Amino acid sequence: MSLKSLTKDWEPMSYGFLDASAKREIRRKTLKAIAVPGCQMPYASREVPMARGWGTGGLQVSCTLINPKTTVKVIDQGADDSVNAASIRRFLARVSGAPTTTDTLKADLIQSRHRIPEEVLREDQILVLQVPNPEPLRPVQPNMSIARQMHADADYGRMWLQLYEQIVRSGRVMQGASYPSLVHGRFVMTPSPIPRWDVPKMHMAKHLTILSAGREKRIHAVPPFTRVEPLVFDDVPYRVEEHGDLTCTRSGAKGYFMNEIPQPDGTSTYEVSDSELGVKTIRSSEGETIDIGQTWYQNGEMAQ
Amino acid sequence: MMDAPKIVTTRPLLIARNVSKAYGDVQALSDVSATVYPGEVLGIVGESGSGKSTFLRSLNLEETPDTGSYTLDLPDVQGNLFDLDRYARRMLCATKIGIVYQNPHLGLLMKHSSSGNVAERLLVAGERRFSVLRDKARDALDASEFPLERMDAPPIELSGGMQQRVQLAKAIALEPALLLLDEPTTGLDVSVQALVLDTLKKLQQERKITMVIVSHDLGVIRTLSDRVMVMRRGKVVEQGLADQVFQDPQHAYTQQLVHAKL
Ligand SMILES: Nc1ncnc2c1ncn2[C@@H]1O[C@H](COP(=O)(O)OP(=O)(O)O)[C@@H](O)[C@H]1O
Ligand SMILES: [Mg+2]
Repeated sequence: MSLKSLTKDWEPMSYGFLDASAKREIRRKTLKAIAVPGCQMPYASREVPMARGWGTGGLQVSCTLINPKTTVKVIDQGADDSVNAASIRRFLARVSGAPTTTDTLKADLIQSRHRIPEEVLREDQILVLQVPNPEPLRPVQPNMSIARQMHADADYGRMWLQLYEQIVRSGRVMQGASYPSLVHGRFVMTPSPIPRWDVPKMHMAKHLTILSAGREKRIHAVPPFTRVEPLVFDDVPYRVEEHGDLTCTRSGAKGYFMNEIPQPDGTSTYEVSDSELGVKTIRSSEGETIDIGQTWYQNGEMAQ
Repeated sequence: MMDAPKIVTTRPLLIARNVSKAYGDVQALSDVSATVYPGEVLGIVGESGSGKSTFLRSLNLEETPDTGSYTLDLPDVQGNLFDLDRYARRMLCATKIGIVYQNPHLGLLMKHSSSGNVAERLLVAGERRFSVLRDKARDALDASEFPLERMDAPPIELSGGMQQRVQLAKAIALEPALLLLDEPTTGLDVSVQALVLDTLKKLQQERKITMVIVSHDLGVIRTLSDRVMVMRRGKVVEQGLADQVFQDPQHAYTQQLVHAKL
């Protein structure tokens, strides 16, 4: 028996970049995260050829899930064409041979920074969100050991106190992105810095959402058909950004989350943040037959 | 004229038996026992380092003594409370026991609003209506004679006396079965001390809250207590009705304390 018969041939790189044991760990932790919705699972978080803080957590999950038949879409704050989104998309295609797309409807796997697409996701789609700070208790409890105990006890009084303080000081809840939300009635999570506009999309959604923080080495998940309820007082309703009445100056799309573009004269114009939805709207208005999926929001209101 | 004596026919609310606690070589508490009836005020007096605060922290379940038992006669509360797990302790303290610390930094979030400090107690107990939180925080601050126009100011901007009132409001917001006070007036100006004591006295008379108050100041204990416990070096040297202890102290140490005060 030779050593060669016992070992595998040397390969310059594993499929999907990460080595098999790293992927196995991420799969195991992802399964745990799905089994206990909203609960943060620590994982080893390997090095990937990208700086921490640029989506390494999401990238590792994508590398683990991907196969040569997975159609991948990558967005950065709604845009498919930002440098970061384009780089991650190219990287994923290169290490896996997977086809890429910008069309939300055609994607199997969507890696996203800070947005959920406007078109409704399906059962067969997985959304991977990049998370900078997975711990919702961090602003109220810097000691992570105590924070874990607080999660175990569902001790979330301080989170509510934050909201109370914001209303007392500013007359309204100031929390913009990362709105703390109760998952399946048990764990409070931060849904990554998606805007308030996107949080209701997670509630009882058909798709699986995996949230992964590379620097902080935590994975949490929202399985399909899981309750996601933003923390709100009974008598102070949850409010999303007032974008329902805004119209995109480039595409004419109306009633979606917008990017504000300040103008030299002090006013602002708006562009739809989900860039692919903008592109689709333009192409269909130019007469092409374009498949625009059903959107979560209709006429600026969240559809029930 | 003396107040009419309280006739006690009920069961004790609080029974602590043979509580002992050592910190390394220091025996902070040895065999301390106490009984408190509903609506009564137990005053604990003793020199600095005699173990008063350690005993009070034990009653607030912050400290686990080496030996001893502690029971509260409340619905759904059974057995030796020192045996409760962390979660059960937290829930019991959050809803049934209020505490005012000598140092407001221990009891308050200094940079949150004062009303928020009070509201936190209500939030932990599950209140989720903003308007009710506001109203109840206002009521508790009002009962503690805190100036309501400052209810949203953070404690860090308030005087020591006002900070103690915020702590008090927080402690009584949920109508606790037991209110613990650790040197609530120590460190305050004498005039402010008198005002805070007046508030405590008024609260006690109006709401009949059962209290355990700790002080090294005999005057404070005398003003408020029905029953007095004198501690020295972790031991109880004398225990009895306030009038008895003050008028006819039995133990040499108590005599010394009482006479030094006169
Ligand atoms: N956390 C602690 N660690 C070590 N020693 C302590 C601790 N707390 C109290 N002690 C000691 O226990 C004794 C009683 O302290 P304490 O209960 O604070 O007395 P009092 O409140 O009557 O002044 C003191 O000798 C003190 O030094
Ligand atoms: Mg003390």
